[in-house]
Amino acid sequence: MKVKTSRKITTVSFHTFIILLGIVMLYPIIWMVASSLKPADEVFRNAASLIPSKLMWQNYVEGWKGFGNVSFATFFKNSFVVTILAVIGQVISSAVVAYGFARIRFPGRKILFAAMIITMLLPAQILLIPQYIMFVGFDWIDTYLPLIIPHYFGTPFFIFLIMQFIQGIPRELDESANIDGCGKFRTFIQIIIPMTLPAIATTTVFSFYWKWDDFMGPLLYLHSPMKYTVSIALKSFSDPSSVTNWSAMFAMSTLSLIPSFVIFLCFQRYLVEGISTTGLKS
Amino acid sequence: MTEKMLTRQRTRLSPKLKEGLTGYLFILPWLVGLLIFTIYPILSSLYYSMTDYNLLTEANFVGLKNYMDIFTKDARFLKSVKVTLTYTFFQVPLKLGFALFIAMLFKGNRRGVNVYRSLYYLPSIFGGSIAIAIMWRQIFGRTGAVNAILKSLGLITTAKSWIASPDTALGTLILLAIWQFGSPMLIFLAGLRQIPQSYYEAASIDGARAWRKFLHITLPSLSPIIFFNLLMQTISSFMSFTQSYIVTGGGPTDETLMYALYIYDTGFMNYRMGYASALSWISLVIIGIITMVIFKTSNYWVFYESKAE
Repeated sequence: MKVKTSRKITTVSFHTFIILLGIVMLYPIIWMVASSLKPADEVFRNAASLIPSKLMWQNYVEGWKGFGNVSFATFFKNSFVVTILAVIGQVISSAVVAYGFARIRFPGRKILFAAMIITMLLPAQILLIPQYIMFVGFDWIDTYLPLIIPHYFGTPFFIFLIMQFIQGIPRELDESANIDGCGKFRTFIQIIIPMTLPAIATTTVFSFYWKWDDFMGPLLYLHSPMKYTVSIALKSFSDPSSVTNWSAMFAMSTLSLIPSFVIFLCFQRYLVEGISTTGLKS
Repeated sequence: MTEKMLTRQRTRLSPKLKEGLTGYLFILPWLVGLLIFTIYPILSSLYYSMTDYNLLTEANFVGLKNYMDIFTKDARFLKSVKVTLTYTFFQVPLKLGFALFIAMLFKGNRRGVNVYRSLYYLPSIFGGSIAIAIMWRQIFGRTGAVNAILKSLGLITTAKSWIASPDTALGTLILLAIWQFGSPMLIFLAGLRQIPQSYYEAASIDGARAWRKFLHITLPSLSPIIFFNLLMQTISSFMSFTQSYIVTGGGPTDETLMYALYIYDTGFMNYRMGYASALSWISLVIIGIITMVIFKTSNYWVFYESKAE
């Protein structure tokens, strides 16, 4: 009897604690969504409140108009184009390279694999300046090429993730395909790819998140507002000296999070498992 | 007849050679990318670091002048190293500690844990975005929600901007980083589930308390995962750019001048590409040293379980 009540108390205090902490943690996000629906003059006048005095859906219409005659329709379209093209390249090239490292014995494999792991630890800022100079030389400034093309050469982190997964597939499968006259390429397409789908899904989701949120790339390489992605557009839109309508600003900020949120909802289970396994195996 | 046989021999490669070529064919994209987008830029940056290149005029070779200037005359360099180290020193351990704490709470199979886990992961999904950085700037501003709440609780009387005050600006960035503890939390959670239950049972029989079990079973078993998280978080902390660029802009008076922001400022605002390249190389060396220290000390605190079979 006594044990039962004390256990009940632990359960109740556990849930109370987690929920209270959760509210504190999610408060900033809820605050942003609430502010996007408040009348513009209320955002900072009644800053702590999460309940708008009246719901101003109009803010979304106002914000959508964008600035400098370019609407957020353009920015979202640009972001989707860049993100989708980059993700496709990243996923396909990483899967191909991962198969090469995981299943084919070739001379120099170990050294090259070690080189790949080292580049994973390489801080990206070392490449910032020389890559910029190189892309200036290619005449790629103010185009999407610097944001897309480098992703078509495999990304070590994702190669490693998919490799780990391929190594978990029984080799007998490849070998029986080989006996049936399947070459390496057909084995890859017909046997490995279908069995690697969970890892490919994880790669796609993360690749999408990182590319959608990418800020430094567009900041360096895109100059004309017509070409801006959402992240760089939000930055220009939010310049403290020029913003007057903060609720419209937060309306567009909220919209910019929706693609990531939708993907999170769809792949939630997958993701949690994906992160867990990749983190562990390395 | 003989000629036919010869040509056949030439076109038919030995299986071993064929496999080798196929292997290279598959990794070719990465190999080409490595040469064009990594090795060439790194080497060219070493060359630029010894020039006065500014994108507009020809680069002049100046030897080690940039490096000498950085180490002897550049107060902002020292400041940015100090800021980045302070940020990393607080942000990474606090984030990992918090992630482990939450993972410990979520490790059981209580009802609702799956929902909580996803909700607690949410800030990490959005955390890298510009929208969140802008929100953070406004929430911690003078008229932001943080001041409004503290005022209504009677904790402060006059509102100040957390972002424009030298003593709190870096703190708001550290808080923003800790808030995104989701990925290490999930990795810890997976690690906790791998620890055999029998260890804890044996300890219970010996009469060990929860705290001792944590110190002597949980921490040692998790140490490889702590090591992995520590390494990854430290490296990415050193590269953090967006947050300080948007939230504080490096200010007030360089109090939050992250190293990456300083490189950006030097290269892309002042067009001193040569000088910025030298700064990049120094950061590579600093990160290399930190990585090595983490690896070396890991011998003393990371325990790998030898698989007994």
